[in-house]
Amino acid sequence: MPAHPGEIPKPNTAWIWKTFWVITAITALEFLIAFVMPSSTLRNSIFIVLTIFKAFFIVAEFMHLKHETKGLIWTILIPMALLIWLLLALITEGNAIHKAIF
Amino acid sequence: MSTISPTTQAISDSALDKPRTGTWDGGNEPFNASYGKLMMWFFLLSDAFTFAAFLTTYGLIRHKYLAYAGKVEDFVFSTAYWPIPEKVFNSFPGLHGVDLPLAFVALMTMILIFSSVTMVLAVEAGQRFDKKDVQKWLLWTILFGTIFVSCQAWEWSHFIGGTDEGTLMNDGTRFFGANLAVNQYGPVLFADLFFFITGFHGTHVFSGICLLIYCFIATTNGTFEKRGHYEMVEKIGLYWHFVDLVWVFVFTFFYLV
Repeated sequence: MPAHPGEIPKPNTAWIWKTFWVITAITALEFLIAFVMPSSTLRNSIFIVLTIFKAFFIVAEFMHLKHETKGLIWTILIPMALLIWLLLALITEGNAIHKAIF
Repeated sequence: MSTISPTTQAISDSALDKPRTGTWDGGNEPFNASYGKLMMWFFLLSDAFTFAAFLTTYGLIRHKYLAYAGKVEDFVFSTAYWPIPEKVFNSFPGLHGVDLPLAFVALMTMILIFSSVTMVLAVEAGQRFDKKDVQKWLLWTILFGTIFVSCQAWEWSHFIGGTDEGTLMNDGTRFFGANLAVNQYGPVLFADLFFFITGFHGTHVFSGICLLIYCFIATTNGTFEKRGHYEMVEKIGLYWHFVDLVWVFVFTFFYLV
């Protein structure tokens, strides 16, 4: 319960808007790159890095994970390593199927 | 399964009256987070695996097909290669026939990111026990979420309906739009993945809106105020941000790459 009933503290929202502008700027940058740069592996890598940046800001700030205990942070992040493996394995697999067909 | 002797029964009966406090007895919170929040995190982790499976499948299937090799300006729809997303998603409601690549999906992305901002503002207001602000920001979040789902409905109906020209198929007929078996944009699996990935995400947004409406009603009734905390808003907030997070990845892997 609040310290003094009936009294509402002032909102503290500067960090929320800061995070919003960072995410918006990254999205705008992605959009710009989609049109000025021809499609290539480099472009895709840039997109993936920028997406991970955005994901970091959403998870760390909006979902507050940055301010949780270390144990909780690792509990969520370590299983994600399996997904990176899954992604690499299946993309390789897709390339192999491609080579077998064409 | 377990047989409890009368003495043990009597002890646990009295122990049930108050929460246990011993370090190894449930009284210790190593993660310093409530049961509900922790379980929401674990649910989201499992949900992340489901979405990752979808997106990885997209990656595999896309690599299986030929990439379009010619100039972007000369691109035509064909089942021979994977379509360029900006040539498929280039329409905007009310601007028929105008080529606006990815404009609508960029707008949708911004709407969803903004709804995430209003969601954090609701959580922040809940921590200050500012009931009016919680209601205000929850309503904004519900509004933006609803707009996003409506935009997706338009996107789907346009995708299913197809372009004016359609695509000339092998049997000499023209096919317009898409279903799970045929589509004018490219390989069959392109449309299938579009329906499954954006559909699964849209279902999540819809569930989120239902949860937010519950939250708004409970806030208005003073349920959380009586409970002494607005943790429910925080837990549903976690879910809502996750849905936004998934869209960030869908946007990159389905529309940009």
